[in-house]
Amino acid sequence: MAGARTIITLPPTARRGDAVEVRTLIAHPMETGHRRDGDGRLIARDILRRLRCRYDGEVVFEAELHPAIAANPLIVFHLVATASGPVSFTWEGDQGFEQTEVVTLTVT
Amino acid sequence: MSRPAATLLLAGLAGVAGLTGGPAAAQSPAARSGFDLMSAALQAMQRDDTLNPGMLAVLDGRAAWTRPDGAAARSCADCHGPTPEARMRGVAARYPAWDAAGVRVVNLADRIDLCRTRHQLAPSRAEDHPQALAMAAAIAQVSRGLPMAPPDGAAMAGARAEGAQWWQRRLGQLDLACADCHDRLVGRRLGGAMIPPANAAGYPTYRLEWQSLGSLQRRLRNCMTGVRAEPFADGSPPMRALEAYLAGRDRGLAMEAPAVRP
Repeated sequence: MAGARTIITLPPTARRGDAVEVRTLIAHPMETGHRRDGDGRLIARDILRRLRCRYDGEVVFEAELHPAIAANPLIVFHLVATASGPVSFTWEGDQGFEQTEVVTLTVT
Repeated sequence: MSRPAATLLLAGLAGVAGLTGGPAAAQSPAARSGFDLMSAALQAMQRDDTLNPGMLAVLDGRAAWTRPDGAAARSCADCHGPTPEARMRGVAARYPAWDAAGVRVVNLADRIDLCRTRHQLAPSRAEDHPQALAMAAAIAQVSRGLPMAPPDGAAMAGARAEGAQWWQRRLGQLDLACADCHDRLVGRRLGGAMIPPANAAGYPTYRLEWQSLGSLQRRLRNCMTGVRAEPFADGSPPMRALEAYLAGRDRGLAMEAPAVRP
């Protein structure tokens, strides 16, 4: 598997108009850029900066992340089920990090 | 990478889980889990595999299970079955154990590493190497909910007795024995932190303080530097003896790996 391990949880099916809970967990060190290594050198910042969720043709959720956020960030939010289709999650971060995962939501 | 369907992912996680992360099996009255002393939020985080960050490592370990490694180009699955569930259920509950070939106490991580070096002909890895932790977590996870069942036998009894001595011995500039806090003050606070009963049943454990998964050995080192003692060397006989003692103390306690702790 390329990139970071993720665990994305949302109900496989939902009724149209329902609010469904979306849970995203991603393996990432979220290195703050404020710590020093054993030799006193600053460890370069390496954090996720943004999570963007697209569904049914538009961005439905977007979050900015900052250095004080814990490693392996868990982000939980809700979206309203409108149409069956892919829900995509894109994390962007320092050092060119970018990863997209896609999960299919079936709306009945 | 794209996911075919959320159903598959959920089904996969349910297959991984089998049992909930909270302690459930019958416990001996003496053995008590630090799980019960945690906040409801942290308990929920451990119990729910979709929230437990240790599951990221479990999935990594499960992916490595079927991947050939080392000069022998063998995978764990080649000998031990297609998934850790096949033959590894209950295995983690029986460590640390005596290794007759090496004439020493080995914990689960040592055993995995021996398998790597003897059978996969792959380089040895430190116990807290992320991939070593991931494999240990994947194997320990399938024993979740089973009672800790450390092995009997004279050699292990000897190791546990040695560990018990270390447990009672005062160490470091603070002149504290493990037992001073983790037997006598369990459930009370050291500053803002709850003093836990020092369980071995949830390792590898995801500690929020570490922001990562870590081994029991790392946790013990943590406490030793906390009392300003020189920690036992990683993998040394006294370290393993202490781990063996803790496993014996937890006999009957439900396995929790990957546990979540503050």
